[in-house]
Amino acid sequence: MRTHPAGRIARVTLLTVLYLFLLAPIIVVFVESFDDSTFLRFPPEGFTLDAYRQVFANADFRSGVQVSAVTAAVTTLLALLTGVPAALALTRVGFKGRDAVESAFLSPLLVPHIVLGLALLVLFAPIPLTDTYAGLILAHLGVTVPYVVRTVSAALAGADPRAEEAARTLGAGRLTVLRRVTLPAALPGLVSGAVIAFLLSFDETVISLFVSGQNTRPLPVAVLQYVEYRSDPSIAALSVCLVLLSVLAVLVVERSLGLRRSLRS
Amino acid sequence: MSGSVTAPGDAVPVDAPRPSGEPPSGERPAGGLPARGPRPGRTALLLLAPGALALLFTYAMPLVWVVRMALNEPLDGGAIRQTVSFGTFAEVLGDGHYWKVIGQTLQLGLLVTVFTLILAYPLALFLARTTSRWRSLLMALAVAPLLISAVARTFGWMAILGNQGLVNKTLQGLALIDGPLPLANNMTGVVIASVEIYMPFAILAMISGFGRLEPELERAAASLGANRLAVLRRVVLPLTLPGVLTAALLVFVLSLSGYVTPRLIGGGRVFVLATEIYDEAITSLNWPVAAVLSVLLLVLFGVVIVLYQRAQRALERRFTGEKGASR
Repeated sequence: MRTHPAGRIARVTLLTVLYLFLLAPIIVVFVESFDDSTFLRFPPEGFTLDAYRQVFANADFRSGVQVSAVTAAVTTLLALLTGVPAALALTRVGFKGRDAVESAFLSPLLVPHIVLGLALLVLFAPIPLTDTYAGLILAHLGVTVPYVVRTVSAALAGADPRAEEAARTLGAGRLTVLRRVTLPAALPGLVSGAVIAFLLSFDETVISLFVSGQNTRPLPVAVLQYVEYRSDPSIAALSVCLVLLSVLAVLVVERSLGLRRSLRS
Repeated sequence: MSGSVTAPGDAVPVDAPRPSGEPPSGERPAGGLPARGPRPGRTALLLLAPGALALLFTYAMPLVWVVRMALNEPLDGGAIRQTVSFGTFAEVLGDGHYWKVIGQTLQLGLLVTVFTLILAYPLALFLARTTSRWRSLLMALAVAPLLISAVARTFGWMAILGNQGLVNKTLQGLALIDGPLPLANNMTGVVIASVEIYMPFAILAMISGFGRLEPELERAAASLGANRLAVLRRVVLPLTLPGVLTAALLVFVLSLSGYVTPRLIGGGRVFVLATEIYDEAITSLNWPVAAVLSVLLLVLFGVVIVLYQRAQRALERRFTGEKGASR
C-alpha cells in the first residue's frame, strides 16, 4: 500500500514518542548517574563520576553482587541439569499425558512471585533455609526451570528428528546420538535458556525479599531497600552498570538464537 | 502461558520414515531416541524426574504450605495457632480495609492493562509488519527494557515523576504550572511507571500472537477496494486480536501481583495485594493473613485465566471457525 507523506510523518512521530516513553527511564537513569547532586533531581547540574565511585565503595552493593552472582550461577547450572532432560522427554519421547506434563512444567510461570515468595518463606523458615545460599538457590530454581524447559523445547522442536533417526540407522548408539546430534541441535536454546535463567535469578527481587536476610542479601534486594529510604545518583550509576550487563547478555542470546525466538515459542 | 506454547511433537508427521525393523505402534516416540532399549514411558520418567523433583520442592510444596498456613489463625505477637479453620478468611473478608486493597489492586490492573495495550499495539503492529533493515535493532530496543531490572527502571520513573523530577521541573521551567503536579506517591505515578514496565511483555506477546497477519491479506483487501481504515478494522484487528488477548492476560496478571513499582512509586500510599502481603508477612509477622491474601490473589488469577480462555474460544469461533486449535 502506498503511504501518504502526511500519514508517514504521523506514523514516524507516533513510533518515536512510543519508543521515547519506553526508553525514558533508562535514558534518565543514564544521565542522572553523572549528576553531582546528593539527591534525585533532573536535569543534572554538574558532571561527576562520584556516583560510580560510591557504588563500588558501598559494602552492601559489593556483597549483593557476590550473593547474586553465586546464586545465579548455581541456579542456572541446576536449571539446565533439571530442565534439559525434561525438554528432551517432552520433545523426543512419546508418552501418555505429554501435554499435561508440559503444562505442569510451565505452570510456575503463572504463579505470582509475591505468592511464591511468601510460600517459600513459610516452607523454608522452620527447616531453616531462610537467609542461606541453599534456600535462595532453591527459591530461584522454581522460577528458572520453566524457562529452560521452554527455550530448549523450542530449539528441539525446530530441529528435524529425522537427523537423529538417520544417525541411529547409521549405527550410532543412543548416547552418541544425544551428544553428537540432539544436543548440538538444541544448543541455541540451551544458551538462551541459560542466559535467561541467569538474568532472571540475578534480577529476582520479590522472591528473594522473602527468603534472603542479613547474611545473603542479593543485589536487587539491597538496591530496593536502599531506594526505599533514600534516592541518590549512586542507584542510577548502579543501574547503568546492570544495564550494560544485560546488554552484554542480550548480545549473547541474539548471536546464538535471536531474542524473539527464544522468548516466544 | 501454557496455551501459547506450541506442542513440539505436532511438528513431526505421524508416519515419518522410521528405521526398519521397528514395530509400528501408536505409542512410538516422536523422535528417534529410544528405538531399541527401554520403553518410552520409563525413559520419559527418568528424564522428567530431576525437573519434576526441582519443581516439587520449589513450587508445588510451597504452594501447598501457604494454603495450609491460610487455614491457621494468627495470635498476638506473630504467633500462630495451628488449626484448620476458615477463621482468618472470615476475618480478612469481613474487614473493609482489605476490600479496599483488593479494589485498588483490580483498579491498578485494569488501568495498566488498558493503557499498556493502547501503547504497545501500534509498536507491535509496526514491528510485525516492517521490512526495514533496522528491524532487528528496533525489535531489540522495544524489548530491551525487559532485561533491565524493574527496580532500576522504577527508579528512573521516580526521577521523571517526582516533585523534583523531569516532568515537574520542565513544566515549572516553562511556567506552565505553579506547584509540582502530584505524579508520584499516588496511583497516577504507579500506573504510568507500570505501563512502561509491562509494555515490552505486551509487545512480545502481541507479536507472537500475530501469526496469521499476512501482508498479502492486507494487499488483497486493498485491491478489493477497502480503504486503510477498513483494512485495519476488518482485516488487521481481527487477525491480531488473539495476540492482543494474550498480551492483555499477561499484563493484567503481572500488574495484579506487581510489588516493586507500587512500593517505590507509591511511596507507601498505594496499597495493593502485593504490598499488603509483604507488610503482613514481614512487618506484622502475621503469616496467616498474608497467606489468606495470597490465596485470594491466586483465586483472582484463576478467575482471570478462565475468563481469558473463554474469550479465546469465542474469538476462535467467531473469526476463523476453527475449533480448539488454541495457540
